[in-house]
Amino acid sequence: MIAELSHAALAFAFALAAAQAFFSLWGARQGDARLMAVAPAAAFGVLAFTAASFAGLTYLYVTSDFSVANVYANSHSAKPLLYKFTGVWGNHEGSMLLWALVLAIFSALIGAFAGNLPPRLRANVLGVQGLIAAVFVLFILTTSNPFLRLEIAPAQGQGLNPVLQDIGLALHPPLLYLGYVGCSVAFSFAVAALIEGRIDAAWARWVRPWTLAAWLFLTLGIAMGSYWAYYELGWGGYWFWDPVENASLMPWLAATALLHSSLVMEKRDALKIWTVLLALLTFSLSLLGTFLVRSGVLTSVHTFASDPTRGVFILAILVFFVGGSLALFALRVSELKPGGIFAPVSREGALLLNNLFFSAVCATVFVGTLYPLMLESVTGEKISVGAPFFNATVGPLALLLVALMPAGPLLAWKRGDAAGIAQKLAMAAAVALGIAVLVFAAGGAPLYPMIALAIGVFAAAGAITEYVGRIALFRAPLAESFSRARGLPRSSLGTLFAHLGVGLSLIGVAAEGGWSVEKIVAVRPGETVRIADFDLRFRQWAERKGENFRDIAAIFEVRRGGVLAGELAPAKRIFVMRGQQTTEAGIQTFGLGQLYLSIGDPVTGQPVALRAYWKPYVLLIWLGGVVMALGAALSLSDRRLRIGVPRRAAKKRAAAVPAE
Amino acid sequence: MTRKQRRLTLIAAGGIVLALAAALTLSALRDSITFFASPSELSVNPPPPGKRLRIGGLVKEGSIVREGVLVRFEVTDGAKTVPVRYQGMLPDLFREKQGVVAEGTFEEGVFVARTILAKHDENYMPREVVDALKDKGVWKHNEGEKK
Repeated sequence: MIAELSHAALAFAFALAAAQAFFSLWGARQGDARLMAVAPAAAFGVLAFTAASFAGLTYLYVTSDFSVANVYANSHSAKPLLYKFTGVWGNHEGSMLLWALVLAIFSALIGAFAGNLPPRLRANVLGVQGLIAAVFVLFILTTSNPFLRLEIAPAQGQGLNPVLQDIGLALHPPLLYLGYVGCSVAFSFAVAALIEGRIDAAWARWVRPWTLAAWLFLTLGIAMGSYWAYYELGWGGYWFWDPVENASLMPWLAATALLHSSLVMEKRDALKIWTVLLALLTFSLSLLGTFLVRSGVLTSVHTFASDPTRGVFILAILVFFVGGSLALFALRVSELKPGGIFAPVSREGALLLNNLFFSAVCATVFVGTLYPLMLESVTGEKISVGAPFFNATVGPLALLLVALMPAGPLLAWKRGDAAGIAQKLAMAAAVALGIAVLVFAAGGAPLYPMIALAIGVFAAAGAITEYVGRIALFRAPLAESFSRARGLPRSSLGTLFAHLGVGLSLIGVAAEGGWSVEKIVAVRPGETVRIADFDLRFRQWAERKGENFRDIAAIFEVRRGGVLAGELAPAKRIFVMRGQQTTEAGIQTFGLGQLYLSIGDPVTGQPVALRAYWKPYVLLIWLGGVVMALGAALSLSDRRLRIGVPRRAAKKRAAAVPAE
Repeated sequence: MTRKQRRLTLIAAGGIVLALAAALTLSALRDSITFFASPSELSVNPPPPGKRLRIGGLVKEGSIVREGVLVRFEVTDGAKTVPVRYQGMLPDLFREKQGVVAEGTFEEGVFVARTILAKHDENYMPREVVDALKDKGVWKHNEGEKK
């Protein structure tokens, strides 16, 4: 009964979304206020029905209703309760439903908070959102229905893929989807602007909070996914340049560029056409990511069972939205008034350079990810493009970008002072150089990580320099610095944290790449392994039972400098139901570094293979991501975004001359 | 700076960044990509020693030998086999008669793997392996593929 009701709710959601799209777009075209007024209500309705449908699926999972094919294939009654919840999106059908739910949430939020938008713009934005929702819900209903029943209900389900039975599944997909789908708002705003054929600085102000929110979630989602892969897969790596990881990185790169270009648009009324194009591309890349992951054209960790009809449908969606929006762009671009040309050495010049670099990096990742597919379809030759390619291309571009980053916020709008900037950053450069020299003197110094480390320190120090300069710390009395800090808009604190986070992440990446120690040895109980300044004594084997698995763990005593520092238990986890096993790494944190142990298959009477890593400062990689997201959150809490918009918008609207 | 000079400077900056990206990409595409070959293709067309390759097929039954952290096994596509040596940790789903992809180089007729990729769950088979097996007629429908 619940399955049928949920299915029906989803069908209603489709109908409402289609109505939302049709009435809003038609109403906006006709200038019919009554039709346009339908949009927010319809958006709330879509949310209500999608949420009901999602709640229904969750109920089926929690109550282990194996008469539903999707629950049967992906759940088991002995599965811990948390994974009954998260298992809802641990499969293709459920994850697409989550996608639709997140989209409905964003549409409803626009409906609720965009009361100050011009009615026609709001109707067009909600119309495009409705169109996206309708198409995706239709996709679920026709190719990926999670509510199909089995003719005979089995007594037990097949269980969830053990790799997914982790807290990571509770966080990573929802965060990532909030990011991916959040990009749809900027897309809808861009399409709406193109439909109206006019765009101004106020547009940038409206779009900015949505893009910031999407970027925040995308950043957290990627960082979370990276840490999950690091501890779950037992390989000790944090980024594999797996096509699916790249699929999430590309929208992130484009969204970062969009955040920066929309600043220029907002403050200087320039780069407008480029910003609109970026808004279209960002969501297009999100859709491309969805296509790559869900169609099964790529081999990856994330590929669930694939079905060719789905691939074709998703490809059609991709062509419709990407092709349609770009065609609209090509048709309407001549109607948009371009902004002015500005000085190369200025804040806007720096932001433009930022955009050039982000686009170049994004294009490089795009080529590396899709080249194997293109080559195979053209010549039939199979190649893989992996870490060596991306390290050789993205590496240098990213390093240059981060090295230039501290100068950006220091430059004044309109006309910057290059010599003055160099002077202000001298301190940061000295700190970076000093640390590089110290590390070099201390011994190990592979060149590439060394450069990366210096640039990371420079970026972090440069970000702090900028803020310190703004509040005149050390130059003015402390009390004055404090009051200056209070007077600064939150968004400048946002810039500080976002840029500081980039520096921290880069320091972590450099340290992990240059100074990690790895050891692979065969050990027997009683033996001791030395890595860095740690002594690991393999004390004994231990067996532990979980709710639906048992662990065979190797217990290691960790001594640092002869002092007992802890106990690690890397294990093989055997899931009895599916006859599968996973690797459970034993990880202990020392400061910002981590000791990481994982073991091979235990064979009775044989020594076990142990892989041990000491990774100094590795936590900075993810901590940097969290700091970046914190920056976005601070910027989002800036009261100018909330209060300034309507007033500013009203003025702008009166002043703007329609291009029609 | 005149308007024209400003425009030229901006275009030049854009050109430089894009040229840099293009140059890096093209050189990396020449040097850093890895080709995939099945055991049969390797026997027809042996690669030069030291060239990075990906090979794939099924792990031959009874071929796995472990010596501490060193593992030897054979990869087969039904027609030909390739001996593989690997030092390190095998993925959890590495098993006899299961699909595997190894990346590494040939040294004296033995494929020395630097990385071993196996399936991530029991329903999933690396696509390259499926294609290689289909070529040899070893692939049976429904094997390893869900639904």
